[in-house]
Amino acid sequence: MQDLKKVDDIAKKYAEMNTPLIYILKDVQKEFGYLSQPILTQVAQVTDIPLSEIYGVATFYSLFTTKPKGKHIVRCCNNAPCFVNGSKEVLEKIKEYLGIDTGETTEDALFTLEFTSCLGLCAVAPVMMVDDEVYGNLTPEKAVAILKDYKMKGSSNA
Amino acid sequence: MHRIHILIAMDSHTLAQGARAVKDALLKDLSLAGLSDEVKVVETGSLGIYKKGVVLVVFPDNIYYTGVTVENVAEIVSEHIVKGRIVEKLKYSKAPGTEVKVQEKAPRFGKQLRVVLRNAGIIDPESIEEYIAHNGYEALGVALTEKKPNDILEQVKASDLQGRGGAFFPTGVKWGFAAREKAEQKYIICNADEGEPGTFKDRLILEGDPHAIIEGMALAGYAVGASKGFIYIRGEYHMSIARINRSIEQARENGLLGEKIFDTDFSFDIEVREGAGAYICGEETALIESIEGKRGEPRDKPPFPPSEGLWGKPTIVNNVETLANIPQIILNGPEWLQKLGTEASPGTKVFTLVGNINNPGLIEVPMGITLREIIYDIGEGIPQGNGFLLAQLGGTTGGILTAEQLDLPLDTDNLRKIGAGLGSGALLVVDDTHNVVEVVKNFVEFFNHESCGKCTLCREGTGRLYELLDKLVSGQGVLKDVDLIERLAKTMMTGAFCGLGQAAPVPILGCLKYFRQEFEKMVNTEQKSVSAVV
Amino acid sequence: MANINLTIDGIPVSVPQGTTVLEAAEKVNIKIPRLCYHPDLPPVSACRLCVVDIKGDRLLRTACSWKCQDGMEVSTRTPHVRDARKMALELLLSRHPMLCTECVRNGSCELQEIANQFGIREISFKYNERKGDKDYSSAAVVRDPSKCILCRRCVQTCELVQSVSAIGMEGRGYDVWVDTPFNEGLNDIACVACGQCIDRCPVGALYENSHINQVWVALDDPKKHVIVQTAPAVRVAIGEEFGMPPGGLVTNQMVAALRRIGFDKVFDTDFTADLTIMEEGHELLGRIKEGGTLPLLTSCSPGWVNFIEHFYPSLLPHVSSCKSPQQMFGALAKTYYAEKEGINPEDIYVVSIMPCTAKKQEAGRSEMSSSGYQDVDAVLTTREAAVMMKQVGIELPQLDDDEYDEPLGISTGAGVIFGATGGVMEAALRTVYEVVTEKKLENVDIKVVRGIQGIREAEIDLNGTKVKAAVAHGLANARELMDKIVKGEADYHFIEIMACPGGCLGGGGQPIPTSEEIRKKRAEAIYKADKGLSMRKSHENPAVLQLYKEFLGEPNSHKAHELLHTHYKGKEIYKHKVA
Repeated sequence: MQDLKKVDDIAKKYAEMNTPLIYILKDVQKEFGYLSQPILTQVAQVTDIPLSEIYGVATFYSLFTTKPKGKHIVRCCNNAPCFVNGSKEVLEKIKEYLGIDTGETTEDALFTLEFTSCLGLCAVAPVMMVDDEVYGNLTPEKAVAILKDYKMKGSSNA
Repeated sequence: MHRIHILIAMDSHTLAQGARAVKDALLKDLSLAGLSDEVKVVETGSLGIYKKGVVLVVFPDNIYYTGVTVENVAEIVSEHIVKGRIVEKLKYSKAPGTEVKVQEKAPRFGKQLRVVLRNAGIIDPESIEEYIAHNGYEALGVALTEKKPNDILEQVKASDLQGRGGAFFPTGVKWGFAAREKAEQKYIICNADEGEPGTFKDRLILEGDPHAIIEGMALAGYAVGASKGFIYIRGEYHMSIARINRSIEQARENGLLGEKIFDTDFSFDIEVREGAGAYICGEETALIESIEGKRGEPRDKPPFPPSEGLWGKPTIVNNVETLANIPQIILNGPEWLQKLGTEASPGTKVFTLVGNINNPGLIEVPMGITLREIIYDIGEGIPQGNGFLLAQLGGTTGGILTAEQLDLPLDTDNLRKIGAGLGSGALLVVDDTHNVVEVVKNFVEFFNHESCGKCTLCREGTGRLYELLDKLVSGQGVLKDVDLIERLAKTMMTGAFCGLGQAAPVPILGCLKYFRQEFEKMVNTEQKSVSAVV
Repeated sequence: MANINLTIDGIPVSVPQGTTVLEAAEKVNIKIPRLCYHPDLPPVSACRLCVVDIKGDRLLRTACSWKCQDGMEVSTRTPHVRDARKMALELLLSRHPMLCTECVRNGSCELQEIANQFGIREISFKYNERKGDKDYSSAAVVRDPSKCILCRRCVQTCELVQSVSAIGMEGRGYDVWVDTPFNEGLNDIACVACGQCIDRCPVGALYENSHINQVWVALDDPKKHVIVQTAPAVRVAIGEEFGMPPGGLVTNQMVAALRRIGFDKVFDTDFTADLTIMEEGHELLGRIKEGGTLPLLTSCSPGWVNFIEHFYPSLLPHVSSCKSPQQMFGALAKTYYAEKEGINPEDIYVVSIMPCTAKKQEAGRSEMSSSGYQDVDAVLTTREAAVMMKQVGIELPQLDDDEYDEPLGISTGAGVIFGATGGVMEAALRTVYEVVTEKKLENVDIKVVRGIQGIREAEIDLNGTKVKAAVAHGLANARELMDKIVKGEADYHFIEIMACPGGCLGGGGQPIPTSEEIRKKRAEAIYKADKGLSMRKSHENPAVLQLYKEFLGEPNSHKAHELLHTHYKGKEIYKHKVA
C-alpha cells in the first residue's frame, strides 16, 4: 500500500509554480518508482487536471514510466554518433548479458534496458546511462563489466 | 595563498570517464601528503580534450594530463606536486594555452576561434567571481545603466546574429517582433533542450560558462521588455541543471537577477524547467507546450511565439549558443561579430565533431572553414586510416556531404546551394567501413523514436520509412521500395506539420542522391520483379 | 474591415479577414478533403489531407488552419498537392482494418468516402494494425481503437465541447493512441455517455451500443406487447438518414414507418415532456414558495445528470427530482397504460427512439424501476431506428403520413420544443406563467431563451416576482454555470441544461454529420413543428389532464413522486485502485 499522502505533499511543494505537472510527475516517480494508476489518480485529484491529460503526459515523455521497472535503468544510446562507433555491438552484448530485450526488465528486477536519445556525450561514444550515471568509450566488454559492478552492489544490498 | 592550482575538467564527457572518482582520489592523496593548504583543486568545464579520459591541468606549470585514473593520481601527486617532476606518460603534448589569446594561437586550436566558448575550461563555472573577472556582467551593466532597450535591440539587429538552434533566423528581427508587442508580461526562454544527435555544444556552454547564458537572457529581457525567463533543459543533463541552478542563485545573491538590477528599474528573474525526455521539445512551440505541463506537441504557426507564446504571452525562444553570444556583441559592438566569419554568415560557429574521427569534440571556428580542415586538421583524421564515406552536418536532420564537398567553405549560402545547412552544428563523420543504407536506417530509427505522433505524415511516415529500410537491410527489399522511400521522404519534407517531419527526410534524400546505387544493391534480386505492394 | 481578395485554382474569391483557405474554397465550391477538421472544433492540422499549395511558399499548408491573405494564390490541385494528399491517405488506410462491410459506418465513413474520391485501388504499404481492444463496458458508447485514424476529433470534443476529458491522446510517435487513462472501460471512468465523440468520429472507431437485435427479438415474440416512444428531436433528423436535407420534419412518416416495422403502438415522448413540465413546473413553484434549494436545475438530459453526479455532486440538491420524459413514459406505460389496456406489465416491452446515447445508460439505471418493472427496455438512437427501417425495406420519404396512438401519443408544442436548447425552459415558462398569473400568455414564442449562444439568460415577471432563468447547452458551458453557483455568483431560479450542443437535436445519437449549420436547420424544424400544433402549452394537454384525473391525482402527488421522480447520487470522478 503506497502512501498517497506523499503525492499531496509533492503537489503542495509546487503550489507557487505555474503549470508544474511535469515536475510533480518527476518527483512522484522518484518517490514511488513509477507512475501507477492510484498515484496518477491522486495527482489528478490534487491538481484538478483531468487524468486523461496526466496519463497523456506520462506516456509521452520517455523519462516517465507507468509500469514498474528494475532497480537500475540502463539507457543505451544508439543514435548515429554512437552507432558508427559500435553501439550496436555494445547493445547486443548487454542484451545477451542481461538476457532481455530493450524495453524489458530482468527477472530479478535489477535492470531495465531502454534506448535513450543522444545524451550529448558523442565525443566519448558509444555511451550509456545507468540511472543518473553516464559511461562513455564503451566496448561490449566494458559495458558488461560496468553492469557486473551494479549487479554485485545490488546483490550485496539485498 | 595556494602554491599550485589543479584544474580538473568536470563536464559530462569527463564524468562519463570517471572524473568524479579521480577528483576524490586527488583530494584524498593531497590531504595524505599534507598539501591541502598548498594545492587548490578547481573544477572547471570542458578543457576541449575529449576522447582522452579524465583531463587535468597543473598550474602554474601549465601541464595537461589526460587519461588520469584513480590508480595514477598518487603518482601525479608524489611526482609532480611533491617533487616537481612531470609525469611524462600522462602528459598531453598538444595542450592548449590557458588564456583566450594564447588559445587562439595554440597549435591544437590553430583554426579555432573562441567567442562563445571563451570561458569554457578557463574559469571555474561554479564561481561567479571568475566570470565577473573575465568581463562577465559588464555588458549587462553597460546596457542597463547607459543604454535604452531599443539600443540593445538595434545592436543585436546590426550584428546580424542568426539563431544557433539550427534555423538561423536573425535574432534581432525575432526580438523586434516581441519588443513591439504591447503586453503586461513577456517571456524569454532559453532553449537548452539539446537533443540533436551529435550535438553537445549547449551542454558544454551550460557546464562551462553558465553565467554567459544568464547575462544573455537578461539582456534579451531588457531589449524586449520581459521580466521573466525560463531555461528549458533536457532532463538528462544533470550536471547542466545543477550548474545553471547554482549560477542563478549566485546571480541573485549578487543582485544580477531579481528586482532592480544595477539599481535600475529593470527586474528580471529566471526559472529552470527540466524536460522529461522528448526530442521534439527542442521545437520552440513544443517546448512551450512542455513548460505549460502538456504533451510536447508542436503548435500550428502562426501565431508565432514572439506574438503569442508561453501562456499566450509574447515569448522569445533562443538557443543557448545564441544567448551566449549576446554579451560579447554588446561589449564589443555589432561590427565585431561581423568581422568574424564570412559576409553571408558572420561570427563563429560552434561545431561538435563526432563519429569516426581521431580527435572528436567541441570546436569553435569562423564560418567559411572547409570540411577538410575540420576533419583532417582539427579532427586529426579518421581512425585506422579508413577512408571518408560521408559527413552529416547539422545533426540527424542535417544534410549529407560527400568527398565532393570536402573543400567547400562552410557557410549558410554555400550549404543552402547543396541542400544542406549548419543546423545544430553537429558534424558526424562516417568512414567507409559502414554501409550507407544501415546508416540511413539508423537515422530513421531516431526519428521513429522521437516523432510526436501528431501528424499523419511524420507519425506514419517515419514508421514506414523505418520499416522499408529495415526490409532493405534484411535483404527483403524490392526495387520499388527504394522509390517508395524517396516518394515518402519528399512528401514529408513539404507536407509534415513541423520541422521534425520536414527535416527528417533531408539525410535520407541526401544519401539517395549520392549513394542510390548502394540502396539498389541491397535489393533482393530474386524479388526485383515483384510488386512493391507488400 | 475590408475583405481579402485571393484566388483559389485561379478562381477569384473575396472573404472577410480571418477566413481559412478551407472556408474560402467552399465559397467557390471546391471541397478540400479533410479528416481531422470539424467545423465545431478548432483545427489541429494533423491529418494533412487538406494541404494546399500557396504560391511562393516552399511548404504545403493546411487549408483548415491557414488564413487567407490578400493577393494569395492558392492551388488545390497541383501534382505536388495531389501526391501529398494521396500519400497521407495511403498511410492512414494502411493502418485501418478496411472491414467496411461489417462496419457501422459503412456508407457514412469519411475515410471511405475520401478513398473513393481519390480512386484508391491499391495501397503502397502493408497493413499494420493499430493496437487496442474493443471496449464494450459502457451501456452507451463502444470504442474500437483498431479503426481509429488519430484525427483527435473525439478527444477535442470530450475536452473542449464537454469539458469531460474522459479520453485523451496517449503515447508518442507511431504508436500514439486515443484511450482512457490506463485503458479503463468507459463505464469505469467519468464518461458521461453523451456520445458527442461518436458524432465527431469520421470512421467507425466510436459507435453506440446497439439494441437493434433485442428489439427485433421482442417484436418477433408474439407474447410481447411492444410499444415505442419517439423523442422530440428524432422527427427533425431521421430524414437525413434517408438522404433528405437537414431540417426535414417527418413526424408522421416516421410514425408510419414504425408501425410498418411492427410496433404494437406508436407513442410520443412529447406526451411525457408535457407531463415533465407539469411536475417540474410545480416543483419550481414549490421551491420558490417554500424557500427550497435554488436554482432548480433540469434533469431531462441524462448526459448532464451523469456530469453533475461526477463533477459537482455537492450541487445535486439543485437538480429536479423529475425523471426524464423517457423514463416517465416507461413508468406510465407499465402502470397507467397497462391498467387501462388490461395488459400484464410484464408483457409490455418499451422501446425508445432517442437522439441520444446516454438514454441507453439512463434506461439501465437500477433506480428506474419504481413500478416494479424497468421503465424502459430498449433504447434505439435515431441512427439505429433508421437502420431498422432500412432492414425491412422502408423508404421513409416515400411513406404516407400516419398518426400517433392515443393516449400516450397526444402532445403539445411545448413538448416538441424539448428537442432544442432552451425548449424546456420555454415550455416551463409558458405553463408557469399561466398557472401563477392566471392570465393567458398572449405571445407563446419566448424567443429570448432560443438561439445557439452557449449560455443565455432571461427574466420573467410572475405577478411581481421576477423569475431569473438561464439556459446552457454543451457541458463546457454547463460547467461555467456550475462554477458560478459554487462561487455563489448565480442568482437564478431555474436553469435548463442540455448535455449536447444545440440540445437533443444535436445529440450523440443523431445522424452524422452534425454541425452548427445542421443544428440550426433542425432547430428551425422543431419550432416549425411547435407552431403547427393547435395546443402549445403543456397544461392544456388533455391526455395529461386526464392522466392526473384518472391516475396521478395532482402534480407532485405521492403517486407522481413514486413513479415519476427519482434521486441522484454523487459518483467519484476516479475509482481508486490501490496497487
